[in-house]
This record gives sequence, C-alpha cells and structure tokens, in this order.
Amino acid sequence: MEKHIPVTMTVNGERISRDVAVRQNLVDFLRYELGLTGSHVGCEHGVCGACTLKVDGSTVRGCLMLAAQADGAEIWTIEGLSQNGELEHLHEAFERHMALQCGFCTPGMLLTANELIERGKAKNREEVREYLSGNYCRCTGYQAIVDAVMDAAKAAGKR
Amino acid sequence: MAEALALLNGDDSGDVAALAGGQSLMPMLNLRLATPDALVDLNGIEGLAGLEDEGEHIRIGALTRHVDIETSKIAAKHLPLFVRAVGEIAHAAIRHRGTLGGSLALADPAAEFPACCVACGAVIVTQSLTGERRIAAEDFFHGIFHTELEHGELITAVEIPKHGGRAEHWGFDEIARRKGDYATAGLVVFGTGKRALDDPRIVLFGVGEKPLRVNAAEAVIAGCRLPVSDEVIAEAQEAMGGLELIEDLHSSTATKAHLAKVLLGRVLKTLS
Repeated sequence: MEKHIPVTMTVNGERISRDVAVRQNLVDFLRYELGLTGSHVGCEHGVCGACTLKVDGSTVRGCLMLAAQADGAEIWTIEGLSQNGELEHLHEAFERHMALQCGFCTPGMLLTANELIERGKAKNREEVREYLSGNYCRCTGYQAIVDAVMDAAKAAGKR
Repeated sequence: MAEALALLNGDDSGDVAALAGGQSLMPMLNLRLATPDALVDLNGIEGLAGLEDEGEHIRIGALTRHVDIETSKIAAKHLPLFVRAVGEIAHAAIRHRGTLGGSLALADPAAEFPACCVACGAVIVTQSLTGERRIAAEDFFHGIFHTELEHGELITAVEIPKHGGRAEHWGFDEIARRKGDYATAGLVVFGTGKRALDDPRIVLFGVGEKPLRVNAAEAVIAGCRLPVSDEVIAEAQEAMGGLELIEDLHSSTATKAHLAKVLLGRVLKTLS
C-alpha cells in the first residue's frame, strides 16, 4: 500500500498539488505542509471545533478528514477568509465586543459563525447559541461571542 | 464499488476498514481505539448518495450526508421523522460529512437513525461479493457496534416507508446533556391508521445495547384512539419494565428506565 498519495486541491484560492502522507489529517496537512497555522487542533476527535475549516462550501472538522480525501476539494481557512474580506463584519464585531481572549477558539468560531449568518440561522440568541455549541471557548464565557455574532448578522442584513 | 468490495474482501483485508463520512471512524483512529492497516475511501463511488422517491418508500443512498437529509424537500414531505431526528446529530460540521450508511453500519447504541429505521420498518440494502441482501431494520442491529453486516459487506441504500401523510403517526424525543451530545435516552413511536394507532412500534435508543422495542407498551397503545388519553399513557408507562438496559458514564440503569418512561409520556402526548 502507498504511504503517500498525490492530491490536488484549491486552498484559499490557490491550486496546490502535493504528495500527502495517507495517514495525515487535513488540518495537520494545512498547518505543517502549507504553514497555515490559523486553524487549531484541540481535541482531535471532532467535538471542540477549533479545527473547523470550510470545505466545498461547508464547515468541516479538519481533524476528521484525511488530507488524501481533499483531492479536488476547495478549501478556505481563516487566513483566506480574512484576506478576501468575507469575515469583515465578524472581525469588526468580535473586536468591538471583546469576543476573544486567548484566541484559540476564534478561527473555528468565526468560520462557524460566518456559515450561521450566511445560512440565515442567526435570527435570535437561542439560534446562535445552538449553532455555535460545537465550538468550545475556555476564556470568554460565550456572552460576548453571541453579542458579536448577533451584531454581525444585523450588519450583514441577515437578521 | 467492485474495487471497494475487492479491497474489503482480499486476503489481507482483515485490517482494512471502510471510510465513509469518517465522523466516527476518524475519532477512533485519532484516539488509537482502532488501528486498521488501510482504509478504503468510499466517497468516490458514484450512485451511492441521494434520495429517490420509489412510490411506497424513499430510497436513500448509503453515502447520503446527514445535511442532505436535513435539507431535502423529499425528506421534508415524506420522511419527517428522519428530518426531526437528524437535527439531534452532533453539530453542523459533523452533519456535513457524516452519512446515513455510516450511522447504521456503526450501530452506536446512542444513535438516532438506527432506532428510526427500526420504528418505521425500513429495509437496509447491502452489497457483497456474493450479491445483494435486503435486511429488515429490526433484524439488522445485534448489539453495541454489532450488526448483521458480514466482513466485507457494505450498505448501499436504505428504503424507508413514506410517513408524511395523515395515515402515519410518528413521535420522537431525546434527552441529552447538551445539544448535539449522544443521547442519554431517546424514544421513537411509529404507527399507522387514521384516528387510531394501529400496529404501533415503540423504540428506545441510548439505553440498551441496540434499539429496543417495547412490545408490552406497544400492546397497550395498539388500536387506541388519538389523541392518546392520559389513562392509556399511564398504562403504557407501567408496561416499560423488564428491558435489557445498560448503564453508561452518566446514567445508571435506574435512571435510563425512568427517562424511558418520561419520554414515552412526552412522545405519546404529541400524537394527534
């Protein structure tokens, strides 16, 4: 059996071709091979949300996908979505509401919050809490995060 | 498909695992609870995903993602029980990858879909080197992570009876510590009939080694008029004893038994 597999994927708008170790998961690949360390690794079993990525238009746990499975996929990380301005409303709101302290959960939180707003599921605080309940924060106590997301949703005209 | 089956049935296939959504298998690998030598990635196989109306039932491909059931117009109209249940599965990111086939093949005792399949009489379609099998859901689940699947046999689809009409009645509820957690206890009721509950099935999940049908309680509510009266509910709750419950990290069997009764009351009250 091969230990490496050639894959081609689009990461933050850029086409990438690499021979990936078959056992390496997607978030480790992005961090170690591409230097995209903005996505973080917390629990490695899918529950904490720190590794959340956008793959083919939807949020995905980067620790539960193998890099080899991303062949042909379109991937966006916190770096790409920050640079292309997609997270502008959320960045501004998070800063204003002090919705981060150590920042470890923040990239995953932003990606999930962005999807929540885009999909029209930020109508009230209950909905926001429910959608974000798969992203753990050990610092803020969540209130400021919910405040920020509600504000960003309003600014985006989605509430 | 042929290639996948060959790989899963080869001479050195003892340590080869099938990878679908990966939302349960990958955690096992990451935590070193499973250490296969190789994985066969099923995600590239054509024709294994999607929902199709086949008249009496809806055929859902094994590789259909949970989110696709959640957002499907066909499911909204014909499979409301499954739409209700899918929202309880973990969180959005998990539902974007996890599959129906994977959920059934894994047979986690706390999973929602196995119980839903048993409750509505779904048929699980499989493929192996020797051909196709059609297995009734109630014959499929044997124990914790243990199903009727043989080594090297794959689920290809699930046929689920339509139940969105006036002549079908279903109810679903689940108790979990937090939204998206594995169920501490869950219950599905399914029955047919216009104003009465004919041929009802009561299926518990999260409390035993597999989805548990409660025949005694089913006998109590069989044929009863809808909405279910308080007397019948109380009688049905009394008939919830003698179940093969197992305890877990959070609950004793006594707690599970109590929650099962509570859930039956809640769910029966929702039927009309």
